[in-house]
Amino acid sequence: MIDIITNPLALIGRAALRFFYLVGKLISFTCKSVVCCFTPPFYLKQLLKQLVDIGYYSLPVVGLTTLFTGMVLALQSYVGFSRFAAENAIPTVVVLSITRELGPVMAGLMVAGRIGAYIAAEIGTMRVTEQIDALSTLSTNPYRYLIAPRIIAGTLMLPVLVLIGNVIGVFGGFLVSVYKLGFNPANYIFQTWQYLELHDVTSGLVKAAVFGFIIAVMGCFCGFNSKLGAQGVGRATTNAVVSASILIFVFNYLLTGIFFSGR
Amino acid sequence: MATSKSNSSPKIELVNVRKSFDRKTVLSDLSLYVKHQESLVIIGGSGTGKSVTLKCILGLMNIDKGYVKIDGQNCTNLSGKDLDTHQSKFGMLFQGAALFDSLPVWKNVVFKLIQSGKLTSKQAKEKAIELLAVVGLAPDVYKLYPAELSGGMQKRVGLARAIAAKPEIIFFDEPTTGLDPIMADVINELIAKCVKEVGATALSITHDMTSVRKIADRVAMLYEGKIIWTGYVEDMEDSGNPYVEQFINGRADGPIKMGTV
Repeated sequence: MIDIITNPLALIGRAALRFFYLVGKLISFTCKSVVCCFTPPFYLKQLLKQLVDIGYYSLPVVGLTTLFTGMVLALQSYVGFSRFAAENAIPTVVVLSITRELGPVMAGLMVAGRIGAYIAAEIGTMRVTEQIDALSTLSTNPYRYLIAPRIIAGTLMLPVLVLIGNVIGVFGGFLVSVYKLGFNPANYIFQTWQYLELHDVTSGLVKAAVFGFIIAVMGCFCGFNSKLGAQGVGRATTNAVVSASILIFVFNYLLTGIFFSGR
Repeated sequence: MATSKSNSSPKIELVNVRKSFDRKTVLSDLSLYVKHQESLVIIGGSGTGKSVTLKCILGLMNIDKGYVKIDGQNCTNLSGKDLDTHQSKFGMLFQGAALFDSLPVWKNVVFKLIQSGKLTSKQAKEKAIELLAVVGLAPDVYKLYPAELSGGMQKRVGLARAIAAKPEIIFFDEPTTGLDPIMADVINELIAKCVKEVGATALSITHDMTSVRKIADRVAMLYEGKIIWTGYVEDMEDSGNPYVEQFINGRADGPIKMGTV
């Protein structure tokens, strides 16, 4: 507190140094982890377990989120578009919004909350109970055994979740449009397909892969560097979810800029 | 334990090791050696750097200055495959046992053997039951998970895991902390027996003087990041060192002040 008054520059300097130290540490951690993803030994049982934990068990959360997102989107679009008689555009708006933006982002945020926290808490507890040190003394590299399977599973499973979520989200819009707003079902499906391009779907899936990578890396990084017992694990969990969520928004903007520039 | 007083070359040697965290120096010019198949116990108050010493030898922490040698070879601040090879020589019993929560007891015990691909699943299970018997646990314990075991049982499983691959060097980090006196004695007996059977070099850290008297060939006292006394366990009572005398007798008055250690 006294520092803020007597020497504010020192305080800013310390904060900046701390920030750059953390960024450097994160980059080093990520590089080390990525190398371990592509070099043997591979722990296939660990990978399979993570594929199930991250993919299969996240499906209800992602499905429900995208279902209601699609339903709300149809309702909100109808309110706006009916003012200038453009209700026919609703199927196209729903499918493009879901596949390009809302599917990957909503699924990313939900998985960040569910899986990012789970990974950070699990690895953080292993850190404070010396289980990670124990792995090293048992000739097992913790990066290969713990980190690499989670990163591979996160990167592979989020696009699968988003693909399923996209279908469910579009179906949510269909349900509301047909049963509440009185759309013709065949016409709705025709409109949905008419303006959808492969690029809309693939760009969303690439985003999902990047978000999955971010969620797994931040969960592992925060857990791996967890300190100070239960309090430290709690902080690591919070940091993992918050940092992954913020990075998802940042990378969503950057990737959108890359995919849609000049289109 | 068999007390070896021969002048053989050290199995583990630390030369002027320095380790700091931010501005706090934990180890300052620490020098220490452990002979082949000898059991050395490091004693000292909380926060004097005993656990840090073990982690520096294991390569879990890098040191700022000095050397760590194993069998005369410089093993300071290794990385990559060199570090993996270095760490394969060690077994360790952690303070809280550090068993893997997600694995049953038998997979914990033979973890290293399974990972090295030396055993099939059936052979690994049989080996685990055999090792559990060595540390006095019933065969049916093999299928339990660590959370279902008492503290003493977890320590025994940790000990079985530490000796499973017959390491050259075994570390014991506060092996009897948190155990009742009878269970502590059982663990001490097991440590002495297992180290002798495996033929390993043992380095332990503890506050428990009963444990020291039971498992040590030699004792070293760590104070303010330095070894201030070393000697054979039978010479400890007559060390003539006021720090050692205060510590082993557990007196509040003396040169060691609470808050300074």
